[in-house]
Amino acid sequence: MPRVSFIDADGSETTATAASGQSLMEAAIANGIDGIVAECGGNMMCATCHVYVDEPWADRLPPRSPVEDEMLGETVCPRRAGSRLSCQIRVDEDLDGLVVELPEAQV
Amino acid sequence: MLMLEEHPYPEDRTDPFALDVLAEPYEFHACLRELGTVVHLTRHDVLAVARHDDVQAALGDPETFCSSAGVGLADFRREEPWRPPSLLLEADPPAHTKARHVITQVLSLAVVRGLRETFAAQAEGLVEALVERQEFDGVRDLAAAFPLKVFPDAVGLPEQGRENLLPYGSMAFNGFGPRNVLFERAMAGGEPVKEWIARHCEREALKDDGLGARIHEVAAAEGYEAAEASLLVRSFLSAGVDTTVHALGNALYCLASYPDQWEILRGDPDRARHAFEETVRFESPVQTFFRTTTRSTELDGVEVPGGVKVLLFLASANRDPRRWTDADRFDICREARGHVGFGSGIHACVGQMMARLEGEVVLQALARQVERIELAGEPVRQLNNTLRGFESLPVAVVGS
Repeated sequence: MPRVSFIDADGSETTATAASGQSLMEAAIANGIDGIVAECGGNMMCATCHVYVDEPWADRLPPRSPVEDEMLGETVCPRRAGSRLSCQIRVDEDLDGLVVELPEAQV
Repeated sequence: MLMLEEHPYPEDRTDPFALDVLAEPYEFHACLRELGTVVHLTRHDVLAVARHDDVQAALGDPETFCSSAGVGLADFRREEPWRPPSLLLEADPPAHTKARHVITQVLSLAVVRGLRETFAAQAEGLVEALVERQEFDGVRDLAAAFPLKVFPDAVGLPEQGRENLLPYGSMAFNGFGPRNVLFERAMAGGEPVKEWIARHCEREALKDDGLGARIHEVAAAEGYEAAEASLLVRSFLSAGVDTTVHALGNALYCLASYPDQWEILRGDPDRARHAFEETVRFESPVQTFFRTTTRSTELDGVEVPGGVKVLLFLASANRDPRRWTDADRFDICREARGHVGFGSGIHACVGQMMARLEGEVVLQALARQVERIELAGEPVRQLNNTLRGFESLPVAVVGS
């Protein structure tokens, strides 16, 4: 199972395993990552599963859909170049070792 | 007609829209889930999907499970709809994508956040008056009164004529069912209601600073004609009131019926949003929606033919023990995320963040101001082909 790491705003890192087919958001919820709220359950309606993905990982993710792009304009913490909605990132073996940063707040 | 007899699905002869089934649907839902991934409902010759993962998969594949043939029993490819189809609910991409983009711009998170202060003040004031009265009708005086005030205010409707909103919602949601007694009763005498709604979807009827006017503005910028923009406003008016009324009524009912849960909420009013979320899972205001298959496909390894109506049981998905621990227990501390009470995928309720705000501020006001809440009489259900909720809900409260 692929492993993914979340670095929260204080700099502490938690590593989680993702079940196959899970989104990064679902993996975060299943592993009790507090910095992901994901109120709408993955429908790109709430923008509360915001993560920052830096290089080299950012380029390995599928491009943002127009709706994800629109919702990233609505996050509580500022959008950066690497901003993504974690509900839109499907974790597979290619993303084993993925590291993402969590924003200071989601709501 | 659909030649479903060729397919070896488990059969169920129950009419999902029969009054007794609508009144107590959960046992029937459990039967459907046990029968299989796909069940043939012989009464209406449609297929049923009732397990969580399958319902979510169908909602997540709008190319195969389309909406443009109607999301009710009526098949728009063969029957004329009772009203011009919605540009949102009864549409597929790419037309749907474009229309939804209009609404998401108007109903942005920033806009919803901007409504919080007003909504919270209204909720606090309303609950304060009810605490003084001690006994009231939880539907008329709170669950309906609150959305019927804040929602049309936000949309920019005039005060006069708002009593048309609930009957119109009843028409819209009963209209997704068969032409049964609920359908006929909702439509009877409905022409003036339809006319009022149509008239108040037009730009001239809407206040300049409301969301309705904003829909017209954004729609025009996206190339829609005024008549189409009016249809987008209609989506707001038909989907935004009855659903919330029932969600709030169901929340009141649950909190009055489960004192342990009420105590938890009272001890921690910040849990109000969770309590509302759990209500939408446990007593889903929108119980079902249809889709129509555009091609043959598979759900959980079971073949589904093309060209058939499929009834998706959202409320059943939300109580599927395959997905939820103690699914039939109302538990405001559970992880309710992932329910499909607001739908899922591209047609997921576009007003869900506003609905959550309404639910949160009302339940929070109750938790802050009320010590005890209990039923003060027999609740009366309002049966509807799609919605689950109450006609009246006598409650008694003791202020804190």
